[in-house]
Amino acid sequence: MGIYLPIAEMSVNIFVLLAMGAAVGFLSGMFGVGGGFLITPLLIFYNIPPAIAVATGANQVIASSFSGTLAHLKRGTVDIKLGLVLLAGGVVGSSIGAYVFAILRSFGQLDLAISLLYVVFLGTVGGLMLIESLNAIRQARAGGTPALKKSGQHNWILRLPLKMRFRASKLFVSVIPVLGLGAGIGFLAAIMGVGGGFIMVPALIYLLKVPTNVVIGTSLFHIMFTTAYTTLVQSTLNQTVDIVLAFLLMVGGVAGAQYGAKMGQRLRGDQLRALLAALVLAVALRLAFDMFAAPGSAYLIASPDGS
Amino acid sequence: MRRAALLVGMMLAFAPALCAAPLQALAQQDAPEQLPENIQIGLSTNRVTITSDFSGADLTIFGAIDNADPQISRQGGYDVIVVLEGPAQPLVIWRRARILGVWVNAQSQSFVNVPLSYSVATTRAPQDITNPDSYKRLSLGPAYIYLQPEDRAGDAATIAEFTAALRERKLAVGLYSENIGGVQFLSQTLFRATLNLPPNVPVGTHKARAFLFRNGEFMKETSSSLAIVKAGFEQTVYRTAHEQSFLYGLFAVAIAMLTGWMGRLIFRKD
Repeated sequence: MGIYLPIAEMSVNIFVLLAMGAAVGFLSGMFGVGGGFLITPLLIFYNIPPAIAVATGANQVIASSFSGTLAHLKRGTVDIKLGLVLLAGGVVGSSIGAYVFAILRSFGQLDLAISLLYVVFLGTVGGLMLIESLNAIRQARAGGTPALKKSGQHNWILRLPLKMRFRASKLFVSVIPVLGLGAGIGFLAAIMGVGGGFIMVPALIYLLKVPTNVVIGTSLFHIMFTTAYTTLVQSTLNQTVDIVLAFLLMVGGVAGAQYGAKMGQRLRGDQLRALLAALVLAVALRLAFDMFAAPGSAYLIASPDGS
Repeated sequence: MRRAALLVGMMLAFAPALCAAPLQALAQQDAPEQLPENIQIGLSTNRVTITSDFSGADLTIFGAIDNADPQISRQGGYDVIVVLEGPAQPLVIWRRARILGVWVNAQSQSFVNVPLSYSVATTRAPQDITNPDSYKRLSLGPAYIYLQPEDRAGDAATIAEFTAALRERKLAVGLYSENIGGVQFLSQTLFRATLNLPPNVPVGTHKARAFLFRNGEFMKETSSSLAIVKAGFEQTVYRTAHEQSFLYGLFAVAIAMLTGWMGRLIFRKD
């Protein structure tokens, strides 16, 4: 069944979009990532113009991350204070990112920059996480204790001044790395059109040593705000948010997210991390393949403003 | 894909054709000179609405040849080409090249006034109707339409290469199309043209043009305009997004949060 998208100005299959939303929503609920790094490439693959895919993907992620945040709030697995400090950095970072986005676009090399960023970040994050989680799984099988959180092993980053206590995460760290992390992720999120959960989750675990059960709720809480901010900026500056497209993805997404969250609770932390790492690596490899493989046509039509 | 047949044609051309017949007979008695042929098309509506279930459509246009020579008609000497040309826009086409193994946008050429869509229906294969020179002169057909480069003084070989690539890309995504046999004669003078509107047909003012050929020679052209617009809801969404973009963004965020909350209520599992 076809439906006409008023902003993308094209007709698409309604069931394909619902299924796409449900699949991404399931993964989003399970891993505590917004799913932006999956939905945006999927939409582009489905011939939605990249500018609309980026902005609409952000809008869709609000719904699944809001729904996921509510579930985690009820279980008390959100560190609201940590989320708000990350957000403060994030707003600054994404504002700078939106500016750099416009510069890259004017050079006609935005597509390449986005692909490169995706491959580099997804590849690095996915690779590191996969190695770590496989080691943890092996240790757990051998009967050893998980070595993730060792007290007294805090590195120099956490010993910077301006310390702050985050009760829910059982942390007492400097706010400088927290703000910096938020800003860095906000910057990448604006350029790549994602919430940044796939970077946030491992960064909270490995850099700030936040307990895994709190990480997912806090990440969703943070993503909800960054994607809301991105949606507002994109619709005001570029008018590229397609509300009909976003709504169809959301309906599939919120349903999928609830089941995903339930599935996530059944798996152990290290297993979850290994699965997320495999997924992130798969997307990175797919994008790298597109960058190196010969395109179907050597020519590409673009509009004069580079979008 | 459901294809709605939009019947835009009308029979207005009938009347002159019928009136012309006795006149023509009279003229032939007085002098062997025949009145020149003329071609007409009529659109019963000047507006096609794209509703939410739009998934492409066939557009039917009726038309007629006036003062047709019955003998040439019988021999199949008349050919008609009907074109639906979408609104024009400037665009850039990039050629990708491999640098350090990665495909990057290497070289570009800008064009001005490129029709976003271009759909053609013909009575026969184009090469059987007339020669490439006339197509070029008329700027007619996806293979011959004139595409104006922004920098006309540029290298001719480069412009030719990018022009060919632009045509090829437009044909590949279905925005340019050619329907051979899409124009059918219903009688010696009356014809029906079936044109393809792709699912991604651009909105705006489209121009329907009909070209008449007699034994390979271009005789006459006529045109009529057609507006393709979004239906009420789609148009409202589009206009709000452009005119009230901040409020639209707030609304998009609110819808997302509401959907997320509803989903939580409906699918609550814990």
